[in-house]
Amino acid sequence: MLKQLTYVQVWVHDQDEALAFYTEKLGMELREDVTIPEMGNFRWLTVGIPGQDTSITLMDIPGPPVFDDETREQIQTLLAKGASGGLFFTTDDAQKSYEELRSRGVEFTQEPTEQAYGIDAGFRDVSGNHFRMTQTQS
Amino acid sequence: MRTVPPERHLLRAKDIVDARYREPLDVPALAKAAYLSPAHFSREFRRAFGETPHQYLLTRRLERAAALLRSTDHSVADICFTVGLRSVGSFTTSFRRVYGVSPTAYRATHPPVERARVPTCVLQAYGRPHSSSFREDTNAA
Repeated sequence: MLKQLTYVQVWVHDQDEALAFYTEKLGMELREDVTIPEMGNFRWLTVGIPGQDTSITLMDIPGPPVFDDETREQIQTLLAKGASGGLFFTTDDAQKSYEELRSRGVEFTQEPTEQAYGIDAGFRDVSGNHFRMTQTQS
Repeated sequence: MRTVPPERHLLRAKDIVDARYREPLDVPALAKAAYLSPAHFSREFRRAFGETPHQYLLTRRLERAAALLRSTDHSVADICFTVGLRSVGSFTTSFRRVYGVSPTAYRATHPPVERARVPTCVLQAYGRPHSSSFREDTNAA
């Protein structure tokens, strides 16, 4: 049966800007960066949290032949409207991580807040993807 | 580098409502976050999200007020001010229009419920009342 989640895809409006954000601001590591010229310069770009296997694929929103222009524009708009879902992370210290990420210019949607399940905070990437980090109760 | 679509800036204004509804926010302040003039901002926000920024802010405040009515024993007036509203009378009227009952009656029929593990951001997003019943701001921002 299924064993492990290996890649999670997020759409990004610009791969270079996303790569800088995920590595320089969120502290992730670059895993793979492969461009395939014969496939319209498709770029397989992945990052991940050091020490953790799961990778995040920073995916450009493709035009033809994958999506027609209208579909592509719809995805771009939905992403910018924050309708593209989100990723949840854990952190050892929500307040400290919040201050550090904020000082690097990460756009927060919610300051660290005490919840029944721990302390969590919300933020977004440049494209509009939504993230949360939770300091779970020990 | 490619620039983000204009909706990304409207999303920032929407995020500010969710994060800072307790503060005396108004449409001009939100418009600034989206780099638009207030009138243009209200139109574009409605086009993107289906309701005006004013409606979004009010329904967010009402959702938060409902949550406080369920989970605390604070007075209705305290809750009204806590969520950023300044008139208890308007609050009660808006609340009744959306939830069908007064804040006090709502509290009596909604005892605190332990909603295990569902993230608060999800509860807030799904718990916000529809703004279609509002008429007072169809012409205003």
